[in-house]
Amino acid sequence: MTGGGKSAEGEGEFDVTKHQLVPKHEVLSKEEAKEVLRRYQVKVHQLPRIKASDPVVKAIGAKVGDILKITRDSPTAGKTVAYRYVVRG
Amino acid sequence: MARLPKLIDGISFGLLSPEEIRKMSVTRIVTADTYDEDGYPIERGLMDPRLGVVDPGLRCRTCGMRAGECPGHFGRIELARPVIHVGYAGVIYDCLRATCRKCGRILLPEEDLDYFRRKVEDARATGGDWWDYSKEVISQASKVTECPHCGEKQLRIKLEKPTTFREEKNRLTPSDVRERLERITDSDAMLLGINPEVARPEWMVLTVLPVPPVTVRPSITLETGVRSEDDLTHKLVDVIRINQRLSENIEAGAPHLIVEDLWELLQYHVTTLFDNQVSGVPPARHRSGRTLRTLAQRLKGKEGRFRGNLSGKRVDFSARTVISPDPCISINEIGVPEYIAKILTVPVRVTKYNIEKIRNLVRRGPEVHPGANYVISPDGRRYDLRYADREELAEAIQPGFIVERHLMDGDVVLFNRQPSLHRMSIMAHEVRVMPGRTFRLNLCVCPPYNADFDGDEMNLHVPQSREAQAEARILMRVQEQILSPRFGGPIIGGIQDHITGLYMLTKRGVWLNREQAQQLLAAAGIEPHLPKPAKKEGGVEYWSGKQIFSMLLPKGLNLTYKAKICETQECARCLKENCPIDGYVVIRNGELISGVMDERSCKALSRCEVLDRIVKDYGSDEARRFLDRATRLAIAAAKMFGFTTGIADEDIPKEAREKIEEVLMDASEKVKKLIEVYERGELEQLPGRSLRETLEMRIMELLTEARDKAGEIAEKHLGLDNQAVIMARTGARGSMLNLTQMAGCVGQQSVRGERLSRGYRGRTLPHFKVGDLGPRARGFVESSYKKGLNPTEFFFHAMGGREGLVDTAVRTAQSGYMQRRLINALQDLRVEHDGTVRDDHGHIIQFEYGEDRVDPARTDLGKAVNVDKIIEKVIGVGGS
Repeated sequence: MTGGGKSAEGEGEFDVTKHQLVPKHEVLSKEEAKEVLRRYQVKVHQLPRIKASDPVVKAIGAKVGDILKITRDSPTAGKTVAYRYVVRG
Repeated sequence: MARLPKLIDGISFGLLSPEEIRKMSVTRIVTADTYDEDGYPIERGLMDPRLGVVDPGLRCRTCGMRAGECPGHFGRIELARPVIHVGYAGVIYDCLRATCRKCGRILLPEEDLDYFRRKVEDARATGGDWWDYSKEVISQASKVTECPHCGEKQLRIKLEKPTTFREEKNRLTPSDVRERLERITDSDAMLLGINPEVARPEWMVLTVLPVPPVTVRPSITLETGVRSEDDLTHKLVDVIRINQRLSENIEAGAPHLIVEDLWELLQYHVTTLFDNQVSGVPPARHRSGRTLRTLAQRLKGKEGRFRGNLSGKRVDFSARTVISPDPCISINEIGVPEYIAKILTVPVRVTKYNIEKIRNLVRRGPEVHPGANYVISPDGRRYDLRYADREELAEAIQPGFIVERHLMDGDVVLFNRQPSLHRMSIMAHEVRVMPGRTFRLNLCVCPPYNADFDGDEMNLHVPQSREAQAEARILMRVQEQILSPRFGGPIIGGIQDHITGLYMLTKRGVWLNREQAQQLLAAAGIEPHLPKPAKKEGGVEYWSGKQIFSMLLPKGLNLTYKAKICETQECARCLKENCPIDGYVVIRNGELISGVMDERSCKALSRCEVLDRIVKDYGSDEARRFLDRATRLAIAAAKMFGFTTGIADEDIPKEAREKIEEVLMDASEKVKKLIEVYERGELEQLPGRSLRETLEMRIMELLTEARDKAGEIAEKHLGLDNQAVIMARTGARGSMLNLTQMAGCVGQQSVRGERLSRGYRGRTLPHFKVGDLGPRARGFVESSYKKGLNPTEFFFHAMGGREGLVDTAVRTAQSGYMQRRLINALQDLRVEHDGTVRDDHGHIIQFEYGEDRVDPARTDLGKAVNVDKIIEKVIGVGGS
């Protein structure tokens, strides 16, 4: 990794969301989250998880309990959407 | 008696407390004797009738149930002195080291304990591995020399394997150990990784020993009437004897030394009762000298309870024998020896429709093939047809009876070959009872099973219920498995001679008269309604090979592709239908217009256009018909035209051999010059390489080029009129490289991708000068396999060959282990109706299967859609 480097308060100096390997993460609104849970007929704990300490989660300011929508490039389907539940950690 | 199903809410593991052992015990065992003179079990002995029943007919004294129903009941032995449980010696050692010898607290200051306590509470709340912190606690606490709670100086404790503890010089008796463990507080126990709710530390030192029920250790009566007891019973007898002597001695106030000795002996017997393979303890033996099979031995290892009885078991209705080929049966079928068919049975329910047939089967009995072995009446009685009056029984049969009849033609069975690496390793076949002693299978199913006939054995299972039979037939039948989910192409298809046979039949200039044509069609199993003859010469009608083959193709099939033999050809421009070697395949409306059938048509595990298209467009039924007939036709054709190969196929003219020699000499000369340049230090270095590496690379390049050139020269004399070449070019077996190595030059041998260099100092073999970098000294084989290798070449070849063997061995071991782990991790995942992939808790693994919801078996070789093919189908013929 270049730049940023040593400084202890390194947050904000390097924006992970701008990195080409980091897919798009968005926080879902209450209604959207409910809709996702309804669509898949799942409880939150049945969703894949992401830790609150994850750099992307910090960068987009998501909180524990939020559901993230992640849009990735897919070799088979072009674009694909996944959801993750933010947990403590 | 049907019992109410119970729902398991959770399982917790802990230790049995002495109270719990007493509570679950039905009796205290005090006498070491088992039976009295009359053969009746002695009360309060090891065979006490309250421990359960094993003999049929009797009822249990405790639960009142009969032999198979009573689960057995535990008894107990009150130990005169406590003993260490071998399995927990390590844990006890950790507890002793980490706690104070006086006050029993963990040897860490209160703040540290609080810190760990918080961590443990946290982990417990989130369902984490809270016991992981115990390692840290123990390693820190065991280094402390003075108790931070009471100030007591700590002494070093040693564990003398397996069960003796020593503090400095003094031996700690199990009683001492137990006392110390008792002093550990509940909250400290948590930090040691022990949950005191289910396992108090002192329970690791036994004061009461549970005696397993007799159902766990049944005695067997030999033919002579002599009873033979289970190993466990023998061991328990030892424990009781010593326990008794120990308590007698204690009561009699025997000298300390004698009591200690007996105590140690009791410890030994209890240890070996649990585990008879503890290191440092001589295994307990039977009178004959055989080591006893005690508790741990029953569970451990390949034949143990887990691996041998729970993860895998032996099953009924199965058979195993050597396999051999039968090209005449369908891919769906399997030849079963009559001998096996008379042993394996299928239960059929008698109805008013089948009663006469079944009566006949019963009359024929177990020894004549289509017969039956057992009759079960509606009240559950079972009649063995070996002994029953069959005539009478056949008359007595009514609808509602169940008859276990022999395996017959058309029954579904599962067929399997280990290693079962993918789902095609077990497929459903239809039985064909045959003479002989081997299972017979169609050659097309060799690739999915990875079978050959050099002595392979396979397993057969007979599904018993109608549900299982239907499921096998619909989901597992061979024809349903033609397309592999691995790459979206056929994994079942022609092999070897099937390819050569079809090539010889469909190549240009094959003309057959009526007799020949009909013979081929008859062999393929097609009604000989010949089409219009393609030509008439001298009043005789002739049909082309392509015409005959076309009779197998479904109507409406259109295909255009380039055959396998086209690949090696270097054409400036494709002449399409006028291809000189007939490599341009055109099929119109099920008629082969031009081109030959080779690997590209129907070879298993490859891009085979014809078969692939038939399965995907016409379904598995049509594909099975095509495969059955095409392979039989191919073999009939090969037999009709004759096909053979030998080393004469690799003969090349003298001029060619001289030319090859010239090429090799030339290369050798060039290498020599290169080495001279290198030695003068004038070699131009390649970027990122040392001078030496540069030289090696250049030499390798030169020698590879020389080998290729030699191959090319040889190839010029190996045309499609050559049988070996036909096999290589059509993709039936072997490659052109194999042939040129036989005819031309074998080429450079290598180990780890480099020329051979190791062996002696500075040389590979003592025949060479130290530091010789020439081709011959470093593993270049100039000879061809046909000419023969000289001794040094032979040795080099063996070196290269060995690396290949080692690689395969290592690869299979590694990939096998990886696959095992992967399967364990993925086995419970499934695709739900909403397209999500979930595990058994409903956790979502993938929001959409494969992100595109595409079943790879239905893809066009991995791609979801092949647009070209769709266009071709829609606008009909044409397209390029």
